[in-house]
Amino acid sequence: MTVQPMTASTIAKKVVNQEPFFILDVRNEDAFVDWKIEGDNIQHLNIPYFDLLDGVEEIMGQLPTDQDIVVVCAKEGSSIMVGEMIAEEGRTVHYLQGGMKAWSEHLEPVKIGDLKDGGELYQFVRIGKGCLSYMIVSNGEAAIVDATRMTDVFIDFAKMLDVKITHILDTHLHADHISGGRKIAEAVNGTYWLPPKDAGEVLFAYESLEEGRTITIGNTTIAIQPLYTPGHTIGSTSFIVDDTYLLSGDILFIDSIGRPDLAGLAEDWVGDLRESLYKRYKELSAELIVLPAHFMIIEEFNSDGSVSGKLGTLFAENHGLNIESEVEFREMVTGNLPPQPNAYQQIRETNMGKITPDEETQREMEIGPNRCAVR
Amino acid sequence: MKSNKVLDAKGLACPMPVVRARKVMKEMETGEVLEILATDKGSVADLAAWSKSGGHDLVKHTEEAGVFTFWIQKG
Repeated sequence: MTVQPMTASTIAKKVVNQEPFFILDVRNEDAFVDWKIEGDNIQHLNIPYFDLLDGVEEIMGQLPTDQDIVVVCAKEGSSIMVGEMIAEEGRTVHYLQGGMKAWSEHLEPVKIGDLKDGGELYQFVRIGKGCLSYMIVSNGEAAIVDATRMTDVFIDFAKMLDVKITHILDTHLHADHISGGRKIAEAVNGTYWLPPKDAGEVLFAYESLEEGRTITIGNTTIAIQPLYTPGHTIGSTSFIVDDTYLLSGDILFIDSIGRPDLAGLAEDWVGDLRESLYKRYKELSAELIVLPAHFMIIEEFNSDGSVSGKLGTLFAENHGLNIESEVEFREMVTGNLPPQPNAYQQIRETNMGKITPDEETQREMEIGPNRCAVR
Repeated sequence: MKSNKVLDAKGLACPMPVVRARKVMKEMETGEVLEILATDKGSVADLAAWSKSGGHDLVKHTEEAGVFTFWIQKG
């Protein structure tokens, strides 16, 4: 018996379908505590590979016989080694192909819906890191919103649909992941849009995302209407697509709201955040379907693997939209913040074009959860 | 820093730096220092965690031009 590879895509489907399975994570304890594969019916056991070099006999009793066992490590090397040892004991066992690196980079496209003129809207779920990107397709053209660093996925997907990417937009200057926006724009000769208030220190050319500047895809009725909604960053901009979808960036998530501190100005921006959520969003149609730039927990998934919710439902159920007292709101979003994302300052500088780390370094910078929300 | 043995683990990917270090360390005496050269970024956290787990003392580590050097005293 030998250890079999299991892809990040297969594991992503198991997570979304809430299938029970068992993960033996052989990374060291700090890495495991910081960030792991999470799901409703996953059982974990964390034993670093270097504590298993003498053999796995001692842990065999802790491995279930009625579930898939997946050994996980950072890049796959150690998980293959430990998996082989388990297989030699006569057990069926898998390893995560490409390790947590592959898990962090895996994107799963999910169709959100059709647009009025026959176009389509897709969500790209980066399940390992909780990032969501979007592709809006209409009449042979496409726009991409909040693209991740894995730019080939978007470019290949557009090719598969036989559409030309013309506009690439970021809702804000990201601090948790490296944007693929500029790279895609260069590759397809498209236009890269950024909110000007987030782009003060940016070292490359971009188009200014401002209210009133509607972006048209495919020369049809589909419009991407920018809506200035500061709070997570000073420039944060939402988009209303086809009068139906609200791309909320990092301002509003399904079960949480954005944090205002990743550029170091929590106290200054908390008022903006409240205004955006409690006034600007409140004035919009409750029927709009909110499509955020992140999810935090598996409970935020719909059964088809997408992450979305009606604005009206969110106003009823999202705790962050239901804090009446401004003082209490301020306390919640500034007083009890989770740790900041890994390397967030370097990520911001990369997204501004100030530094250009090699691919391996970019990968390292993004390791870990995104931590863009407060709940 | 003085060392009793040097292990060149440059170019090796996880888990090999730790596997080799463990093998060499087994043949060393308590109190002796093993110097390890590695290029795998993951080895920084892993050698520290392995040292702790095995009761060894990671006395010092440096990085120069992409090469990590560790001095680990056997516990």
